[in-house]
Amino acid sequence: MAKTAWPAPDRRKLIGSYTSRLDGPQKATGAAKYAFDINRPDMLYAKILQCPHGNCKVLEVDTKEAEAMKGVAAVLVEKDARSGALPEITFAGDTVATVAAVTEEIAYEALAKIKVKYEVKPPLMDDRNPANVSGRESKTATGDAVAGFAAADTTIEGYYGLACVTHCCLEAHGQVCEWRDGDLYVWPSTQNVSGYAGGVKDTAALPLEKIHVDCQYMGGGFGSKFAADAWGNIGVTLSKMTGKPVKLMLDRDQELKIAGNRPSSYAKVKVGVKKDGTITAWDSNCWGSGGQQRFSLRTLPYVFTGIPNQNTLANGVITNRGAQRAWRAPNHPQGCLITMAALEDAAAAIGMDSLEFFKKNLSLTDKADIYAEQLDIAAEMIGYKQKAHLRGDKTPGPIKKGIGMSMHTWGGKGHPSQCSVTINPDGSVVAQLGSQDLGTGTRTAITMVVAETLGIPMDKVRTELGKNSYPASGASGGSTTIGGVSASSRDASTKALNVLLDKVAASLGVPKDNLEAWDGKIQEVGNPAKSVAWEKACSMMGMMPITQQGSNPPGDLTELTTDGVGGVQMAEVSVDIETGVVRMENYAVVQDVGLIIDMKTAESQLFGAMVMGVTYALYEEAIYDNKTGAMLNSDMEFYRLAGLGDIGNFKVHFMTDEKYQSRGVIGLGEPPVISPGAAISNAVANAIGVRVSELPLTPDRVLAALNQGGVA
Amino acid sequence: MPNKDEHLDASGISRRGFLKGVGAASAATALLTGAQEMKEAAAQAAAPAEMGPGNVTIMLDVNGIQHKVEVEPRVTLLDALRNRLDLTGTKKVCDRGTCGACTCMVDGDLAYSCSMLAVEAVGRKITTIEGLGTPDKLSDIQKAFIEHDALQCGFCTPGFVMATTAFVKAHPNATLEEVRKGMGGNLCRCGTYAGITQVALGTPAYVKGGA
Ligand code: FES
Ligand code: FES
Repeated sequence: MAKTAWPAPDRRKLIGSYTSRLDGPQKATGAAKYAFDINRPDMLYAKILQCPHGNCKVLEVDTKEAEAMKGVAAVLVEKDARSGALPEITFAGDTVATVAAVTEEIAYEALAKIKVKYEVKPPLMDDRNPANVSGRESKTATGDAVAGFAAADTTIEGYYGLACVTHCCLEAHGQVCEWRDGDLYVWPSTQNVSGYAGGVKDTAALPLEKIHVDCQYMGGGFGSKFAADAWGNIGVTLSKMTGKPVKLMLDRDQELKIAGNRPSSYAKVKVGVKKDGTITAWDSNCWGSGGQQRFSLRTLPYVFTGIPNQNTLANGVITNRGAQRAWRAPNHPQGCLITMAALEDAAAAIGMDSLEFFKKNLSLTDKADIYAEQLDIAAEMIGYKQKAHLRGDKTPGPIKKGIGMSMHTWGGKGHPSQCSVTINPDGSVVAQLGSQDLGTGTRTAITMVVAETLGIPMDKVRTELGKNSYPASGASGGSTTIGGVSASSRDASTKALNVLLDKVAASLGVPKDNLEAWDGKIQEVGNPAKSVAWEKACSMMGMMPITQQGSNPPGDLTELTTDGVGGVQMAEVSVDIETGVVRMENYAVVQDVGLIIDMKTAESQLFGAMVMGVTYALYEEAIYDNKTGAMLNSDMEFYRLAGLGDIGNFKVHFMTDEKYQSRGVIGLGEPPVISPGAAISNAVANAIGVRVSELPLTPDRVLAALNQGGVA
Repeated sequence: MPNKDEHLDASGISRRGFLKGVGAASAATALLTGAQEMKEAAAQAAAPAEMGPGNVTIMLDVNGIQHKVEVEPRVTLLDALRNRLDLTGTKKVCDRGTCGACTCMVDGDLAYSCSMLAVEAVGRKITTIEGLGTPDKLSDIQKAFIEHDALQCGFCTPGFVMATTAFVKAHPNATLEEVRKGMGGNLCRCGTYAGITQVALGTPAYVKGGA
């Protein structure tokens, strides 16, 4: 009888291999259809009239001219959900009205004909000013901070911050909606196939089973695409009003303005340290803004949670920008930058090598052994011994080099997931689950698990996901997908296999408890001589396919998926102290992550996180106008993403010893994106001899820091 | 001149309106960004026969097939491909010449199809991602993208495949420096640059752990 537990290392053919993603051919040829690409017969295009003000009341909306235009099918004016009156608007870019028309061009033209009167009020935008805090204060105290600082030889005081960044998914948010025979069909770009319909069911006034969601491909979410959102409900309404399919995808500027952002965070930090590197006390006062949503950062101090004698204070500023959304590893990059930068400043203040300092204090973390091992590996990868110097590169000339490091942690247990696996009499296999592939390789990993479990090649297994008619699976967020879907598909395929073993046991003359699926056969355990080929075995089941349901139950850790990972990253940069330009030279990523299903797509997660990390460390910043509340760089020229030439050389390393893998599957999306801001900031400080206090490390900030000191 | 009835984009300039006014010949000036420059360019442009408003019927040669298309003159090549011809492999991301997701080939040269009008493409040979290969018949570059896992969500991928195809043809033995300089016209949010770099370098097989 097959067991649900993951196979032993010598019984893994597919799990842990470097396998190319299965939907690569569709994506590389443009055949993959994203929500943006769904074109339905007679489809209308919807476009949104955005409010230009950060804080206002809509007094009047005149849509007569727009409605009279040839080609305009409907104009929908936004109303306050409760009162039905024209709305108060609290962030620029929010929707005032939406037009559905036969072409995009006509829809845009109609928007320009809508006349709106606003009562404009001053917005609150300045989240850097701690006087603007308005959220709930959260305070912690452990030990005796006064005594801790008194025991220190040196106390450093620093200010650190990260600007607000957006998700900037390349596929904008949006969907196509269509009513047919009283049912609603939606093709959304979503991270939440099984949960999406719940977000439109009230607007549609339909039971869930009459709402059909389909998302086969989606062009990036990073935490911003869990909900159906206002535009999902607008699409449903317009489609109902007009009786036609409606495509509503956000324009790029809107995508940047309203479709998700990561909260800013700023902190004043004091660290007490002894000459020998012992940390004696921590004090932080942190604030930041989640836009229209309450926010306060509670991840300080990060990783080094065991620092004795701490005082922390966290608070938030409510600003007139859209509400924050989960942004890959919520709150961790902020906690990480603030902590690792402050600690590195403490090391520099006592003239201690950073690597030595971090190693000396590992007992203040909850993964001392793992981090120690990872720090050594990362140091080796980046050539730390040969290249390291104390703060401030003394090499003559304008180009200064430096190395910085950082550590991070994450959970990553699998979400609740259900899967059904069907073995057909012809030997073909279908796995179905209401999950989604964000580009992480979910489809590929599930296929690998099912094929491994059944001992057959991957091309015999078809994985179907992306529809809410399949067994429900969790939203893809927080690195919970791979744990959830690998566990549910392992469970379902093991159960299906056991039914099959039952059917072939008699003809093989082997008790079913002594059978296994291996190498395209059902065989006596360890004895290929007593076997039957997979197809033959499946033909013995008669006409009826075998279908079994499996699940990853909510709640406790299981033998298939657990949580808790650590990672270390080291960055080497060069900084031109005349221009302030920071260049990436080398980057080393070391990550532990439990059992890895597909090494190739897993490595891509590390590479991708690192690129995203370089982007928010060096370039990315949403800039708002304090007077109007408008986002000033809601485009891709001035909201800058790193390009292929900006990232330097990078190497990745997974901890794949059995002691790590035996923990089961753990998610990977978030952990590697946490450290880059801190590692790169520390590398720049190491190069130029002075801390650049805020990310992104733009030339103006670097030059301003150099004006305060640092290398000549 | 921009017509005040038309949609103004975030820069306050109606690209489509401007181009409708001055005709297709000066469409390359869509890349200009200042209003004053736009006016000057408009003044300089010889005024060819005016098209529109309203639809015009044009023929587009896409992937070797002649398509009859009805479009307003202000419609970009990108929108014509996606919305009129259902050739949706070419993606719309920034819609203003920054990201490369809409990259096509026009007469063999790379072009951002969001920054070109459909009427400008008349009489020229347009190649889109659909013209390079199909899932059953992949081009070598497409195969290499899959081998090097140079794609995650895949939304930037068609544009990158177009750009890399042209780059490799022009630089068959490119150095790393050349790749970094030459492949800067496209952006990826998922961070697939490691794999794309290997494709552009012509590295035959996946490099474990990065290079
Ligand atoms: S969509 Fe054309 S360059 Fe971005
Ligand atoms: S693969 Fe997602 S944007 Fe490039």
